[in-house]
Amino acid sequence: MSQEHSLNPENLPKDPAKATLEGRNKFLGLWFFLGGETVLFASLFATYLALRNSTAGGPSSQDLFGLELVFIMTILLLTSSLTSVYAIYQMKNYNFKKMQLWFGITAILGLGFLGFEIYEFYHYITDYGFTFRSSAFGSAFYTLVGFHGGHVVFGLSWLIAIMVRNAKRGLTLQNAPKFNTWALYWHFIDVVWVFIFTVVYLMGMVS
Amino acid sequence: MSIASTQKRGFGAILWDYLTTVDHKKIGNMYIAAGAFFFILGGLEALIIRIQLVKPENDFISAGLYNEMITMHGTTMIFFAATPLLIGLMNAIMPLQIGARDVAFPFLNSLGFWLFLAGGLLMNCSWFLGGAPDAGWTAYAPLSVVSPGHGTDFYVMGLQLSGAGTLMGGINFLVTIVTMRAPGMTYMRMPLFTWTTFIASVLILFAFPALTVGLFLLMFDRMFGSAFFDIALGGNSIIWQHLFWIFGHPEVYILILPAFGMFSEILPVFSKKRLFGYTSMVFATILIAFLGFMVWAHHMFTVGLGPTANAIFSVATMAIAVPTGIKIFNWLATMWGGSIKINSAMLWTLAFIPSFTIGGMTGVMVAISTADYQYHDTYFVIAHFHYVIVGGVVFGILAGLTYWWPKLFGKVLNETLGKIAFWLFFIGFHLTFFIQHFLGLMGMPRRYWVFLEGQGLDTGNLISTIGAFLMAIGSVVFVYNVIITSIKGEKAPADPWGDGRTLEWSIPSPPPEYNFKQLPLVRGLDPLWIEKMEGNNKMTPAEPLDDIHMPNGSILPFIMTIGFTIASFGFIYQVDHSAWLIAVFGGMAIALGTMLARSLKDDDGYHIHKEDLEKEVD
Amino acid sequence: MTNNTNIDKINSFQKQEQKQEMKHQVITFVLMIVFTLIAFLAVASDLDKIFVIPLILILAVVQVGFQFYYFMHMKDKGHEIISTLIFSGIWIAAVAILTFTTIIWW
Repeated sequence: MSQEHSLNPENLPKDPAKATLEGRNKFLGLWFFLGGETVLFASLFATYLALRNSTAGGPSSQDLFGLELVFIMTILLLTSSLTSVYAIYQMKNYNFKKMQLWFGITAILGLGFLGFEIYEFYHYITDYGFTFRSSAFGSAFYTLVGFHGGHVVFGLSWLIAIMVRNAKRGLTLQNAPKFNTWALYWHFIDVVWVFIFTVVYLMGMVS
Repeated sequence: MSIASTQKRGFGAILWDYLTTVDHKKIGNMYIAAGAFFFILGGLEALIIRIQLVKPENDFISAGLYNEMITMHGTTMIFFAATPLLIGLMNAIMPLQIGARDVAFPFLNSLGFWLFLAGGLLMNCSWFLGGAPDAGWTAYAPLSVVSPGHGTDFYVMGLQLSGAGTLMGGINFLVTIVTMRAPGMTYMRMPLFTWTTFIASVLILFAFPALTVGLFLLMFDRMFGSAFFDIALGGNSIIWQHLFWIFGHPEVYILILPAFGMFSEILPVFSKKRLFGYTSMVFATILIAFLGFMVWAHHMFTVGLGPTANAIFSVATMAIAVPTGIKIFNWLATMWGGSIKINSAMLWTLAFIPSFTIGGMTGVMVAISTADYQYHDTYFVIAHFHYVIVGGVVFGILAGLTYWWPKLFGKVLNETLGKIAFWLFFIGFHLTFFIQHFLGLMGMPRRYWVFLEGQGLDTGNLISTIGAFLMAIGSVVFVYNVIITSIKGEKAPADPWGDGRTLEWSIPSPPPEYNFKQLPLVRGLDPLWIEKMEGNNKMTPAEPLDDIHMPNGSILPFIMTIGFTIASFGFIYQVDHSAWLIAVFGGMAIALGTMLARSLKDDDGYHIHKEDLEKEVD
Repeated sequence: MTNNTNIDKINSFQKQEQKQEMKHQVITFVLMIVFTLIAFLAVASDLDKIFVIPLILILAVVQVGFQFYYFMHMKDKGHEIISTLIFSGIWIAAVAILTFTTIIWW
């Protein structure tokens, strides 16, 4: 740990994630990136909405989707959002152990979500023969939900990497911004999921 | 000059220095060099197109090769020439203008450059690997989906790589401008070039993701059998057009706004007057950017969107003429009553105003959706967008390069040669494209390999080709000027124009690696001019002389880019043989492994010590 | 574990403030769960879709607002530029989605 970045209990900054210029830069940079991601997902949603009825005689959204699975996935991801809020709360309290604990719970919830998503895709492919190539609806569905799933995979790898890396080092002004930007990214994944479960699954079951 | 760079070094050391650099000025210079290389490449493609069209039913190149030429000319010029030349100038100049020592993310900056370069080189590899992309630079589906061979695959992967690089550049500039302005540099004191960099970066941030998605859909359709654009499985090829233009129209403003910013820097300096209507310039820029996102469907009037949609997009498009007009009048008013000095930078600027205005007027013409049915896909549209892109962006880049050359490379470009280059290029430009308005109105369609005799198109096309050669000679003179200046030119002082107004002219040319020994205190718009008027010839420092923190160089961005490039080749060829999937996974493993290495390794940078700074003379 | 886990050293006002903040977060979370439940129940209950679709969309927007403003702290000071950019992104997203649902029809 470098001398200048180690935290001295006598003069702790209020928010360790934004105490340095690097930290503020990372924080802003991630937010701006999320602005770009908004348009990325909007393009995917728009494509999905334009193609959601183009089933080409294959299974449609009413045939495929079930409420229970999506509900469980939603609760898992929403809860993981709250646990990451707790982790950041502990970070601001300079309680590194508890922060790691909450982030660990977040990772487990995220893994649970991912497991259900993989099961869901597997279920559609084996039980309905509904694949990426079945129809334009299939392509659009797997691309939109898959992009979100890809973000979850990347997020989890990122989290595990920084948790393992910093496990023995404790909280510093250098790694606090990393945890903080990760949490923002994770919330955004949740935001996208809220629209996916509403627009793709719920609306797909209604109409 | 810094101590390190004055020492003689071997070629290997210099190469390693550039491969690992995170210095925004060096990265900017590399962007400019690479952009110039692709500009020449795209120019050669343009010449081949014009030679093919010099006379009716010419057989200089085959129809297939012609399609490859037009596709590569458009793609190269927009993505690999104009964009990087502008990003290069932004990279090199913007941090100096706001009084920053570096950009916010030096590592990302370097990664962005390498990704752009890899994308450009990857796409041009297609020439040697079975044929270049041939579906037009817009790559409309379903043509682009069924286009045989790997040409379009190279288009997809090349743009995906360089697009990711550009997006990183955009985010980097945004954060730099928000957090790293010098003390006193409020938003409304920022030079116009910094403002337009900021707004263009916002456009990059919101436009490129749409292209990314479009390219992914095309990639999935071509490589993995999805059905986005496959009508038989319920797909819809209009989706590509929308996604492409949601990106493509803002891209036009990504190019033109920084050019506007450069003209807004050059005019006050050589008129010795502050920019007329600074505030209205800023708000006109924001308004253009805002409207620029809501007009993309004017490229699609003839698709059949319906009268309501056409009317809305038509009106929105015409509305852009208002803020642009505000800018034109502000530039004219800046010169009014000023003590005008005409040199080559100023000549490009003066030529820009009428040339761009012509492009703007034909823009309003094609914005009228009913009339557009006549203009669509004819040479009228070609003439229109070349007036905007060449008359606006290329003139801007050449003006900006001439103006900032001493700051970038420490030497003033030769004036005589600069003026010769200007006149050749300027006359050639109007010869080439003015006549194309009439060719278009006479019904000559774009992208056709040949035209027939006796339709009144012969003379016009001949004139156009002659003009293209004049532009080429003009460009050669410009390049010659660059070479001769770098050999013979004299070392430039900090403010070679004598009337520099903004912060970059307060530091040596070229600036030391840390830019500002002490961060300057900014007391208003045109901070250096204020100090000059009060009799101080330099900026007042805002801090005592102290150690300067610098980021370490890194080879990781280069390795990461190599990883992504290998993976791109894998994606392109795994259609032929699944063994290529090894390249996909191997390349991705390299790239992600490097990312992990970067994330895990602490990089505290280093310090330039106060004592060493004191030894250096400005 | 090094010298930096000393929770008692932060001043109590700051701690109090953060506790208060955390309470808001938990309330936000509970509301989000409630909204999610309402949305799922509305779909499960076979109500008319003219009623259900606007309802679930509004619930989604409110829920996302909670995420942005509370979980991601967009309500806090120093987020002015961030808000401007995020809302620009949302605006472009909305325009894009609007066109894809209205003028792509075959």
